[in-house]
Amino acid sequence: MPTKLSARFCSFVLSLFLIAFALPAFAGPFEDAVAKFANDDFSDTEEAVGVIASSGNKLAFPIISALQDGRLMADPDSKKVYVTGTDGKSIDAATGEAVASVPDSASAVRLNNRLRRSVDAALGSLTLQSPDVGTRLQAAQSVFKSHEETALEAVDAALAKESNKSVKTALGEARAAILLFKSDATEVEKLEAVATLKARGDQEAMALLTGMGDQPPSVTKAAASAISSIQSSLAVWSTVQNAWYGLSLGSVLLLAAIGLAITFGVMGVINMAHGEMVMIGAYTTFVVQEVIRTRYPGLFDYSLLIAVPLAFVVAGAIGVLIERSIIRFLYGRPLETLLATWGLSLVLQQAVRTMFGPTNREVGNPSWMSGAFELGQITITYNRLWILCFTLAVFAILLAMLRYSAIGLEMRAVTQNRRMAASMGIATSRVDALTFGLGSGIAGIAGVALSQIDNVSPNLGQSYIIDSFMVVVFGGVGNLWGTLVGAFTLGIANKFLEPVAGAVLGKIAILVLIILFIQKRPRGLFALKGRAVEA
Amino acid sequence: MLTKSTRDRAASFSRRGVLAATAGLMLGLASLTGAKAADDTIKVGVLHSLSGTMAISETTLKDTILFLIDEQNKKGGVLGKKLEAVVVDPASNWPLFAEKARELITKDKVSVVFGCWTSVSRKSVLPVFKELNNILFYPVQYEGEESERNVFYTGAAPNQQAIPAVDYLMKEEKVKRWVLAGTDYVYPRTTNKILEAYLKSKGVAQEDIMINYTPFGHSDWQTIVADIKKFGSAGKKTAVVSTINGDANVPFYKELGNQGIKAKDIPVVAFSVGEEELAGIDTKPLVGHLAAWNYFESIKTKDGSNEKFIKDWQTYTKNPKRVTNDPMEAHVIGFAMWVKAVEKVKSTDPDKVIDALPGIEAPNLTGGVSKMLPNHHITKPVFIGEIKGNGQFDVVWKTPGLVAGDAWSKELDGSKDLIGDWVGKKCGNFNTKTNKCLGSGS
Amino acid sequence: MTPHMLTRSLDRGATIFLLVVAALGVLIPLFNLLLPAGSFLQVPTYLVALWGKYVCYAILALSIDLIWGYCGILSLGHGAFFALGGYAMGMYLMRQIGTRGVYGNPILPDFMVFLNWQKLPWYWYGFDMFWFAALMVLFVPGLLAFCFGWLAFRSRVTGVYLSIITQAMTYALLLAFFRNDFGFGGNNGLTDFKDILGFNVQAEGTRAALFALSCLALIIGFLICRAIVSSKLGKVLIAVRDAESRTRFLGYRVESYKLFVFTVSACMAGVAGALYVPQVGIINPSEFAPGNSIEAVIWVAVGGRGTLVGAALGAVVVNYAKTFFTSGMLAPYWLFMLGALFILVTLLLPKGIVGTFNAWWDQSKEKRTAASAASAAAEDGVTEPKMAE
Repeated sequence: MPTKLSARFCSFVLSLFLIAFALPAFAGPFEDAVAKFANDDFSDTEEAVGVIASSGNKLAFPIISALQDGRLMADPDSKKVYVTGTDGKSIDAATGEAVASVPDSASAVRLNNRLRRSVDAALGSLTLQSPDVGTRLQAAQSVFKSHEETALEAVDAALAKESNKSVKTALGEARAAILLFKSDATEVEKLEAVATLKARGDQEAMALLTGMGDQPPSVTKAAASAISSIQSSLAVWSTVQNAWYGLSLGSVLLLAAIGLAITFGVMGVINMAHGEMVMIGAYTTFVVQEVIRTRYPGLFDYSLLIAVPLAFVVAGAIGVLIERSIIRFLYGRPLETLLATWGLSLVLQQAVRTMFGPTNREVGNPSWMSGAFELGQITITYNRLWILCFTLAVFAILLAMLRYSAIGLEMRAVTQNRRMAASMGIATSRVDALTFGLGSGIAGIAGVALSQIDNVSPNLGQSYIIDSFMVVVFGGVGNLWGTLVGAFTLGIANKFLEPVAGAVLGKIAILVLIILFIQKRPRGLFALKGRAVEA
Repeated sequence: MLTKSTRDRAASFSRRGVLAATAGLMLGLASLTGAKAADDTIKVGVLHSLSGTMAISETTLKDTILFLIDEQNKKGGVLGKKLEAVVVDPASNWPLFAEKARELITKDKVSVVFGCWTSVSRKSVLPVFKELNNILFYPVQYEGEESERNVFYTGAAPNQQAIPAVDYLMKEEKVKRWVLAGTDYVYPRTTNKILEAYLKSKGVAQEDIMINYTPFGHSDWQTIVADIKKFGSAGKKTAVVSTINGDANVPFYKELGNQGIKAKDIPVVAFSVGEEELAGIDTKPLVGHLAAWNYFESIKTKDGSNEKFIKDWQTYTKNPKRVTNDPMEAHVIGFAMWVKAVEKVKSTDPDKVIDALPGIEAPNLTGGVSKMLPNHHITKPVFIGEIKGNGQFDVVWKTPGLVAGDAWSKELDGSKDLIGDWVGKKCGNFNTKTNKCLGSGS
Repeated sequence: MTPHMLTRSLDRGATIFLLVVAALGVLIPLFNLLLPAGSFLQVPTYLVALWGKYVCYAILALSIDLIWGYCGILSLGHGAFFALGGYAMGMYLMRQIGTRGVYGNPILPDFMVFLNWQKLPWYWYGFDMFWFAALMVLFVPGLLAFCFGWLAFRSRVTGVYLSIITQAMTYALLLAFFRNDFGFGGNNGLTDFKDILGFNVQAEGTRAALFALSCLALIIGFLICRAIVSSKLGKVLIAVRDAESRTRFLGYRVESYKLFVFTVSACMAGVAGALYVPQVGIINPSEFAPGNSIEAVIWVAVGGRGTLVGAALGAVVVNYAKTFFTSGMLAPYWLFMLGALFILVTLLLPKGIVGTFNAWWDQSKEKRTAASAASAAAEDGVTEPKMAE
């Protein structure tokens, strides 16, 4: 394998050299073009990129990749341009000679979006035969996007040598895209191109087919049928996509509501400060990341793993404190817990605002939480996927804890029949404090996850509190499974309504549906069964 | 026995009556007193939310005014008197804004008020300022369609922000297809109406414009970002013009970054995202997305005025990382203009200052000189900045000169004939076709 | 003996309350208008507007106390009825602007002109007439409450379920009124009013009159509530509050009673909103915010649930505290104080200010009667067993 790779690399370099020597006449314009980088003008830079990319000069690749990474330095006074290598050594961009140091007056050549695109396209055709599979694939894709005729030769050359299957497909698609727009391509070539794009079958292929302009009638016809087939497959995918978005929204709702399902659902405390527990969890994440950033930058990817137990402990401890100092005096007066916890939520919000300032705080995504992957024709972002998994895990652990652990048994006993539990020797007040702490701690954990997709600001909790109450009530107070089903039902319903009705009307519709649903089932989806007339 | 119980009742009656009456009186008195007129200072009202949803943006502006007053007092104050800030907290509650404005003017007797962020808060205090005849400096970019005698608009009107940004995208990025995404309130609605009319006048077809509104604080952007992606893959260069407000931006940009929408594919130009908002996001995935403002912290000036301002500000706030942003600059300009006008007429009397303000010039922080216009808007340069990896902006384009703020948009049917002119016509909504001053603005 | 005494003493409290409100309603406008500015007792106009607002909140609190304190219906969405009444009044005031709007359009309000609306939506018809708007102030909140209550009470939705769906209702309305397409001015709401019944809303005389009118409304509202709670109907309501099923088993149609009182309460809230709007000069969707409704419930709790007087007093006290705390040195810390107030009242004064006061009063009175009875007995030379103290 190494020999094969190095051999390919040699041939790549060799071909660059060959081209460079075969076209010595371009040396003059090449140097002029390089000097243009020093003008600090976007159109001059673009022109320079075009000339350099097609010059065939061996310096083209280092210059343009340096430009992309912000390593191309230009001195506006002397009009000299330098390439700073990744190893810190610099060369003169026009001559390729090594220089001792780049003058201080030089600054990195600036890019804007249009330039970034031309740089990508230029690099695409220059790196089609790079030894690295990933780079080749990327190159093929950027050629597909730019589909400029000039790249056809390079694509054909690369295609002939390519052995990797996925790169080969990508190159084929790039070739098809170019041919489709090439005015002098034959009808047969174009028909083949349409077929290739149809096989690709995604948004971008459809975009090319719709935007291809005037074509021979047979090609237009083939394209039309390709478009309709892509469309119908995309329609199916869009349903799958909505379902996925619904699951993802449902997991966020569940995560926010699950702590409330304990404090409100199991204990009967109308806990308006629940949102603030979520907020405290999010701020704990912020503090953890801040410490990691300044002290142990290497641990950044583990920041969330560290934050989860910490958030649980911090929010849980605050929860126990609240229960001991306020809530325990209010048992049996559920509506008054609403009043006190509302006051508490104001205090907690303002406390956080005073401590951390009123503005948003930056909580970064660890690398394993950023980005997305394609599943068929839908994009699944890692952060949403992880949040879904995380939510289900939290739910399962909580359920198992309530069902199988001793403390879970005590919690259930106390909430079901306090006096009986007390006479069996259970320290009910201790269990109360622990239950409230558990609910708060789980809200704190939710805050860690929500910090990945939402603002970390003192208002964070407020935006989830109403939704959380809706979920718990819709699912049925006192039933964790109800909360689970309620959250996912509301999430999925919302996401299927949103494309039809828009975000605002969709949400209104959901609220109206909840109101009507409660008329039908006054105790929520999963009502606790019992013979009492009044719960 | 009978007499006794009657006496008892009478006694209890009067005692309780006295209690209630005292309580009432005390409440009344407490609110009556407290206003002490100190003649040796000039009072400046600061009406920015310090709690509630808007505190996130407005607290900085309160600090800015306190900073400016501090600086001015170091220079000896105004007219030989020290300035004194009166800070109140309208708590992001719109009726409370009106109440606090009234309190500042009647109880604290302030000479001028710097305040408000949202349009609704401005609308809420407007009748109060008209009735009690005082001055409000409003520092935020807004939808226009207003020119009031008592208000001076130092933020951008749509023609000083939105239209240059669209021009830039059309010319520089060759954008052919547009997504106008905004939060559903008046500023995005009006701005998008103006932009839609403008784009159509430039030959953009209706099917190439997608308009989308979301509620305040919208946090689940999956569907909308996917829609934008879909809309953007129709073969024409697409851009998003975002008038998404405050809190909703962070989840929006996070979703954009995660779904892999890069600036070079679909650039997003925002009118409400500045240095302060970016301070809460990891900007590395957002490099290249754009914002249009009249000021950026990263702008280098020849005379070093911006650099000096940033340094002084960071010293004042004792925070070397504290950023500056566009609405802050608007307050800087507005404050300087007010000081100049007061010194010109040697009085803080609102009528005199209002008449003196149009024509007053004050340096802005980007090396130019802004001027107060007869329509109570100011001239400003327009910059387009690209987001950089460090949360700052790199200016990629700017207007050749200063742009004069239009109170009334030329793109809307209802307002294309209107002008605001408080110098010649003494009217904020003068119809140039019929030569009449409309409504009660006269 | 005790219930009899209780009603009598409540009567007395009620009389004092009514007298204080009436005195405020007469004196504040007089002091504002007649006394020269600067004199000690002169009430500045801004205080008239401020207290006018408090009085409107007091009416809202009263309407909540009627259903929560006497019937056990905890509505976390009463702000919606308040806001709807406010919008009805706001629409009347908008139509009164006529050609004086910034665009000079005789029919369309300004926000419709600049969003290119061509004609007035149908639901704005009729609001140019005061009697129609006044009718709608009662009718719209009343109708919504009737429909909502009819559904909810018939299906026996009670307790927290009811509270949460009232919250859902006001939240849905909040989102709906935020939408500009809805035709109520979106987030900016309705503002820049000019006159009401031909009088300039900003004139001192109009403000004073509106204040007096709000006091009058508070008095009438209070009398209505008193009439309801002290009638036989009121006894049934209290029975529903304390044992709903038992009342049902006794043969009362619980849902009809609840529906009636819920609708009356919503109409009252609507009136409060209608009086509130011309005095603060703006109505916008934030009045629908669930937080506002929760706060209104808290006023009642602070003042004393089920006392009527307490509800009104609580509204004034909490809002006065809010006004006081949000200016000056305390501004950055006012949320701490407000939050602490709510927590402390719940913990230390579970019956609210008036409830605690009443309990203390009755207790000390009992002691005094006992003491005087004992001394009278001693004078008569008769020894009686000592009464428990």
